Amino acid sequence: MADNNVLVRVKNLKKFFPIKQGVIFNRQTIQVKAVNDVSFEIKQGETLSLVGESGCGKSTTGRAVLQLHKPTSGQVLYEDQDLTTLSEGELRALRPKIQMIFQDSIASLNPRHSVRKIIGEPLVIHNVGTAKTIHNRVVELMELVGLNPKWMKRFPHEFSGGQRQRINIARALALNPSFVVCDEPISALDVSIQAQVVNLLKDLQQQLGLTYLFIAHDLSMVQYLSDRVAVMYLGKVMELADKRTLFSDPLHPYTQSLMSAVPLPQPKLERKRKRIILQGEVPSPSNAPSGCVFHTRCPLAIDRCTTDVPEYRQIHLGHSVACHLVDDQQSSIIPTRLNSK
Amino acid sequence: MILQVKDLITRFYSVDGVVYALNGVNFALNAGETLAVVGESGSGKSVTMMSLLGLIPQPPGKIEGGQAFLFENDKPQDLLKLSERQVRRVRGGQIGFIFQDPISSLNPTMTIGKQIAESMIEHLSLSQSDARKRTVDLLKEVGIADADRRFDSYPHEFSGGMRQRVMIAIAVACQPRIVIADEPTTALDVTVQAQIIELIQRLQKQLGIAVIWITHDLAVVASMADRVLVMYGGTVVEDALVEDLFDNPQHPYTIGLLKAIPGATGLGEERLESIEGSPPDLLRELTSCPFAPRCQFVFDQCWAKLPPLISVTKHHRAACFYDVENEIPRKEVEHG
Amino acid sequence: MAVAQQPVSLGDDEYEEQGAWQRLAYIGRLLRRDRGGMIGSVLFVLIVLTAMFAPVIAPHDPLKQNLRAAKQPPAWTEEGTWEYPLGTDNLGRDMFSRIIYGTRVSLTVGFFGVLIACMLGLISGLVAGYRGGTIDNVLMSIINLFLAIPYLVIVVVIASILGRSLFIVILIFGITDSPLFARVTRGEVLRIRQSGYVESARSAGASNFRIQFDHILPNLIGPLITLATFEMSAMIFYEAGLGFLGLSVPPSVPSWGNMLAQGRKYLDIYPWIAIYPGIAIAITALSFNLLGDWLRDVLDPRLRRSR
Ligand SMILES: Nc1ncnc2c1ncn2[C@@H]1O[C@H](COP(=O)(O)OP(=O)(O)O)[C@@H](O)[C@H]1O
Ligand SMILES: Nc1ncnc2c1ncn2[C@@H]1O[C@H](COP(=O)(O)OP(=O)(O)O)[C@@H](O)[C@H]1O
Ligand code: SF4
Ligand code: SF4
Ligand SMILES: [Mg+2]
Ligand SMILES: [Mg+2]
Repeated sequence: MADNNVLVRVKNLKKFFPIKQGVIFNRQTIQVKAVNDVSFEIKQGETLSLVGESGCGKSTTGRAVLQLHKPTSGQVLYEDQDLTTLSEGELRALRPKIQMIFQDSIASLNPRHSVRKIIGEPLVIHNVGTAKTIHNRVVELMELVGLNPKWMKRFPHEFSGGQRQRINIARALALNPSFVVCDEPISALDVSIQAQVVNLLKDLQQQLGLTYLFIAHDLSMVQYLSDRVAVMYLGKVMELADKRTLFSDPLHPYTQSLMSAVPLPQPKLERKRKRIILQGEVPSPSNAPSGCVFHTRCPLAIDRCTTDVPEYRQIHLGHSVACHLVDDQQSSIIPTRLNSK
Repeated sequence: MILQVKDLITRFYSVDGVVYALNGVNFALNAGETLAVVGESGSGKSVTMMSLLGLIPQPPGKIEGGQAFLFENDKPQDLLKLSERQVRRVRGGQIGFIFQDPISSLNPTMTIGKQIAESMIEHLSLSQSDARKRTVDLLKEVGIADADRRFDSYPHEFSGGMRQRVMIAIAVACQPRIVIADEPTTALDVTVQAQIIELIQRLQKQLGIAVIWITHDLAVVASMADRVLVMYGGTVVEDALVEDLFDNPQHPYTIGLLKAIPGATGLGEERLESIEGSPPDLLRELTSCPFAPRCQFVFDQCWAKLPPLISVTKHHRAACFYDVENEIPRKEVEHG
Repeated sequence: MAVAQQPVSLGDDEYEEQGAWQRLAYIGRLLRRDRGGMIGSVLFVLIVLTAMFAPVIAPHDPLKQNLRAAKQPPAWTEEGTWEYPLGTDNLGRDMFSRIIYGTRVSLTVGFFGVLIACMLGLISGLVAGYRGGTIDNVLMSIINLFLAIPYLVIVVVIASILGRSLFIVILIFGITDSPLFARVTRGEVLRIRQSGYVESARSAGASNFRIQFDHILPNLIGPLITLATFEMSAMIFYEAGLGFLGLSVPPSVPSWGNMLAQGRKYLDIYPWIAIYPGIAIAITALSFNLLGDWLRDVLDPRLRRSR
């Protein structure tokens, strides 16, 4: 692989959770296919966003990439080193470079630890510096993320949601990582605070040259932060393209419906807009539909969709889609068809 | 006008001290309209509605002032002065409500059909069999397939979106005049949110209900509201028709909020503008504009007292001393 | 229907360090809102002080017999004197002093019994919950077996085999009660192991040792202290029961159980000999239970803000 710019390369990643069903007799193990054959690359210094409704496997993908879940199969190459083959010890040594910001800002902070202890913990774990240098680093980190270092001795429950997410960010940055998985870091925050955190993440990326895998459940905030966007549905990537292409020329029916479902904050436009409203809800990943996993809700499904799995393939350079209707010549037909329905 | 709330004040006497949750909330609701209430979490949206419905836990809560008139044939009735029993007749009867978290507001040990039929029997004095028939119709109406069989299902057998549909069925079961929906779609996925919004709008048209829709998402507001209340620090800071609010926001907080939401400006290449700082500390009594510490237009008057709602145009009021458009202090003519 | 609790957000103002007094004041405010907790903790403090200062408080030597003054009724009856406020027993020993000294026995049994149970339970529960797999299965089988046997029956059997001594009583209680602590610990460990902050620590590269000691252990303190309070109350009760059966500490020691046993014979004529130790047991058990109830709520950081 020649492309030296790629920092993280995920190949055919799968993560199945076996769950036991049934009582005592006829007990059986079924597989929850949380992540089912996902591939993507993230270039040095860019942000790849992973978007999809809850339960589609975004968090599991993020965790599997960082080896917080052992993948069922597939490869995760970080700087051309396959993380799935590393031992516990080797992984621990690599942890400083690959970090995660978790979705639930309060749950991911130990309620009995002070902010100083929380932010300084990674430094202590990896034996970086003395008590004094750690203290100074914590002060520096708190200032970096816009927290008053005077609050160092406070406990997590004394902070608001946005501030807690800043604590999480400071902690993730303590060891100067180069790759950070951000699992819905803003979903639980208020709108005005979301903007603060998105801006902070953006600034930090520029200042520190970070590479992000940014997970979100809708498309609205993603446009401000990402370079490329991958849309997931039931454990599979449906469409992946750079941000501009995806927003201006979405090819997959699911991407289009997802975009259409996000209301626009413009009343006049919104009154006129014809929205595609998908019927039903996401099926359970333990019992995914045959063929194209989206066929049960797809407004454009054809006979083939119920039986044949559409191939996930590149349509244009850097734009991949998994849908039977998308043929490289026909691609422009889809949006019109969907909208005229 | 079917509901008018005046100077509502609610406080909580907690261990950490007094939480000044509502500091004089004023608004009115017209028949058949959709009134959206937006604001960050903690701004007092839920407490306002719970105060009206007699759902504030007392103690620690206490409604310390104000009136809430529900008009019936132009005869006002103060909801805050009703007895427990009278409030219960209003709640679920004239006013239906839908909460964010349907699972905790449904009884897990009772079939959903029974839960809906129950309130019809109580409020509309229907017979068992009539109530069952009406319930099945209603379940069909809110989009539950196979309603006849689903009548006997328990709440846990439904998905999140389906439960919210059941909640909606309960809310409209007794032909209320008002439905209060407290963040009904916040816990749902965007595609399901779109379904639920469509459903409520359809029912509202069919039944001629006024809807109070609480949300923290301004984009949702744009898609469905007629009028918007913006809340901040337990007060209403702006009250406007939806187009006016988006085209011509008057309160600095609203202005900031509109700049902070994605999608307002097309493809987001540029930076979002954020409102720096945090929401006000409700453990202190409000003696000045609650937004003052975060406001870029703040001047001495703002610190002197709490700004009242000042009329900007006939249907547009803002609680701010400063006229941002003309860059002059506003002439303080209090609303009537 | 619950209202989501929004943390009261912090301003940019100066942060005052919370001093010991502020913390005490906070606990005071918490107590004032909960009458049960208030009563429980006041009684608890009184009981502990009584045990500590027994020699100062007690008017008589609890062991000194005075047959001439035997079976005196309490002071407020016609024949009673304030010399013996709660009367005397069949050997003329001062009831009041004996009850005060009895506090020492009960608290010693309760405290050390729970300490042993808690230590054993904590270690096995931590190992079972954290390691999982076969170790967990084996340990849990043993624990469930223990819990399935009627508790009092084993205690009585062991006590009658091993004979009467304070040390043995404590040891029996400590061992037989440890499965309960193990089970609670394991449950908590399983919950905490799934928590966001443990995952976060793991993603920072923390070792298993660090996760157990820095993250899991501190979060076990709350539930274990709560359980310990309830179990102390239970042990005090059981100790009295054993004493009543003549299986606890030697008869010469003034324990509430022994006093009950002695009083039994005179229940119809001199009822106070049995009634006062009974009341002491009931009050102590009640206070510990009230305290435990209150601690359960207060020690849960998830609930802290909402009270
Ligand atoms: N530890 C687990 N055991 C079993 N199933 C799991 C586990 N973690 C996640 N899942 C299942 O995998 C699917 C994907 O979950 P997740 O990755 O959390 O989705 P998302 O982050 O997109 O909301 C869900 O159906 C979820 O129930
Ligand atoms: N039971 C309660 N005890 C103490 N404070 C409460 C209680 N319920 C609500 N509050 C406080 O009232 C304020 C307003 O809350 P709420 O109306 O729920 O906000 P939201 O706008 O998010 O619905 C918050 O600061 C909250 O902490
Ligand atoms: S493959 Fe078929 S079902 Fe799947 S998205 Fe394309 S048209 Fe829809
Ligand atoms: S009253 Fe003053 S501080 Fe408040 S919003 Fe208006 S200008 Fe800002
Ligand atoms: Mg997730
Ligand atoms: Mg609310």
